[in-house]
Amino acid sequence: MAIRDIALAGLTREQLLEMHYQMTLIRRFEEKAAEEYSLGRIGGFLHLYIGQEASGAGIISALRPEDYIVSSYREHGHAILKGMEPRVVMAELLGKATGCSKGKGGSMHMYSAEHNLIGGQAIVGAQLAIATGLGFAIQYQGEERVAVSLFGDGAVDEGAFHESLNLAALWKLPVVFVCENNQYSMGMAVTKAWSVASLEPRAAAYGMPYARVDGMDVLAVRDTMLAAVAHAREGEGPTLVESNTYRFRGHSQADPAYYRTREEEALWRTAKDPITLFETRLKVEGVITDEVIGEHVQKADEVVEDAAKFAEESPDPDPESLYEDVMVDPRGAIAWRTKQGSPRD
Amino acid sequence: MRTITYRDALREAIREEMRSDERVYILGEDIAGYGGTYAVTKGLFEEFGEKRVKDTPLAEEIIIGTAIGSALGGLRPIAELMTMNFSLLASDLLVNSAAKFRYMFGGQPRIPMVVRMPAGGGAQRGAQHSQFFESWYAHIPGLKLVMPATPYDAKGMLKAAIRDDDPVLFIEHELLYSVKGEVPDEDVEYTVPLDRGEIKREGRDVTLVTFSRMVHICQQAAEELAKDGVEAEVLDLRSIRPIDLDLVLDSVRKTNRVVIAEEGWKYYGTGQGIAALIYEHAFDYLDAPVGHVTGKDVPMPYAKSLEKAALPSYADVIAAVKAIVPARTLAAGAR
Repeated sequence: MAIRDIALAGLTREQLLEMHYQMTLIRRFEEKAAEEYSLGRIGGFLHLYIGQEASGAGIISALRPEDYIVSSYREHGHAILKGMEPRVVMAELLGKATGCSKGKGGSMHMYSAEHNLIGGQAIVGAQLAIATGLGFAIQYQGEERVAVSLFGDGAVDEGAFHESLNLAALWKLPVVFVCENNQYSMGMAVTKAWSVASLEPRAAAYGMPYARVDGMDVLAVRDTMLAAVAHAREGEGPTLVESNTYRFRGHSQADPAYYRTREEEALWRTAKDPITLFETRLKVEGVITDEVIGEHVQKADEVVEDAAKFAEESPDPDPESLYEDVMVDPRGAIAWRTKQGSPRD
Repeated sequence: MRTITYRDALREAIREEMRSDERVYILGEDIAGYGGTYAVTKGLFEEFGEKRVKDTPLAEEIIIGTAIGSALGGLRPIAELMTMNFSLLASDLLVNSAAKFRYMFGGQPRIPMVVRMPAGGGAQRGAQHSQFFESWYAHIPGLKLVMPATPYDAKGMLKAAIRDDDPVLFIEHELLYSVKGEVPDEDVEYTVPLDRGEIKREGRDVTLVTFSRMVHICQQAAEELAKDGVEAEVLDLRSIRPIDLDLVLDSVRKTNRVVIAEEGWKYYGTGQGIAALIYEHAFDYLDAPVGHVTGKDVPMPYAKSLEKAALPSYADVIAAVKAIVPARTLAAGAR
């Protein structure tokens, strides 16, 4: 079990405990978000990350603060793991002025320039193209950053996947393409959508290294990502990583998931819960106790409750902000203007 | 002043901005060794090298994705799409990413990106290579869209677009590349704003609102109309979004008659949008319905005779003007 030894050896007890806390936090955050959604405080779509915590925590723990991530619409967990305050994420979910995108983005459009989170992207596949461009900027400017694109199993069937992988490989860009394969693109099972059983031949088609990892094993994900990120940072080009995971809830909160069996769901939730698996592992290694687990849950609940309270008490966006930030150039935001001033249609 | 082609003017703009700003680079299909499909980027690879002149695969989506991502990462890309027709393959990223990011991410990102693309018909390139989609993009808040008609404006507006912090779509008519015009000497620095039209010819009887290659056709038509005593004012919009509506309304208030001339299709397009703005803001000044000269409502045919019939002509402009100027103006001209 070389991977286990390296991974555990690579992290201190404090780091392992922090990793457990972060996974607990993003699960409790999503459970709270589901509650806020059911109360009608969150509108639109709400895509929860519950079940995929090990994947995100492993991926992002392998990155430096200056590394970019470009994510999908299932990005609340990624945002928090990248360092965003749960408060500003929750406030964005509630469409408040204090949200990271000032209430104009919502669940699918978290962004933080400070934390190099280049968006939750709600056009599937765009995050690969954008990450490729970021990779080019990194290479052009001689920076030591890496751009990581996070996408689901549906994105690999988009044209952008192929155009992005080809160019990134051709130009040896410092990009890591990570497919968080949660087995379903909305209601479409991977087995029905892919002409091949894994992404390996797709990576091979672009001459790119491929790594497949159990996305329910946070240390394995981290280990795989450390190698892919180092490869990119050293100028060796992109890697395609497939992290196999499972979302415990529907595609969004509007989805009852009739396309999969309750038995299948139960199997993943009981035998493969990533947080439970990690706890078992940490107990075996003598890193964590039930008492510490309880403390983490309690702390996470406090943070999440505080985030919800902050969001609920935050002001709605100023009506005047409707016209703000369309463009950098405020004169260019509106299609036309007259001497009477810029009309607002 | 020198006289150079529209193509050379564009190249000068790119070269000057690349010399003065290391962050500026160009990417597109066959822009390096080949020098660009229309030879706009010829010689730039030799001067700036592989790092800053990037030949890409035939993959419009990732050309624009690379441009957007690299702009977010601190660069100032100039992407060339081989023609506007192929922009549809990248239109998702133009519409859903370039135009939206700043707003939907609460004003955090900026995307200083220029996308250059030739467009238009008249060279027998057939239905899939002769189109104007500017109205589709001009519909989208978050984008700027310009269509200069002269070498002077091409250079000045491209320099302004490269320096602009927002995404700018820069649309060049294929038949303008070899058109010559006066441009200041190379050591004379100038830019042309991205939000101002220009009066190309003053007149009292009718306003011709136009852009891109139709500017030249309208100027010819105005000369011909003058022989019949009709003094047409020719407005080159230069920018479609934002549009310099003051320029249009001031002229309409003076002439009380207007003909919009464009090469694209009539229905739901740029001209109808402008006509609606004129009716909305200058209805009381109009002495006749707004005239409209456009391409015919068909896919572009290949045969030379059919293509000619499908494109708006100088005679169409004259006929549209004569249909709305009063008989007394024409009669006075005849005397």
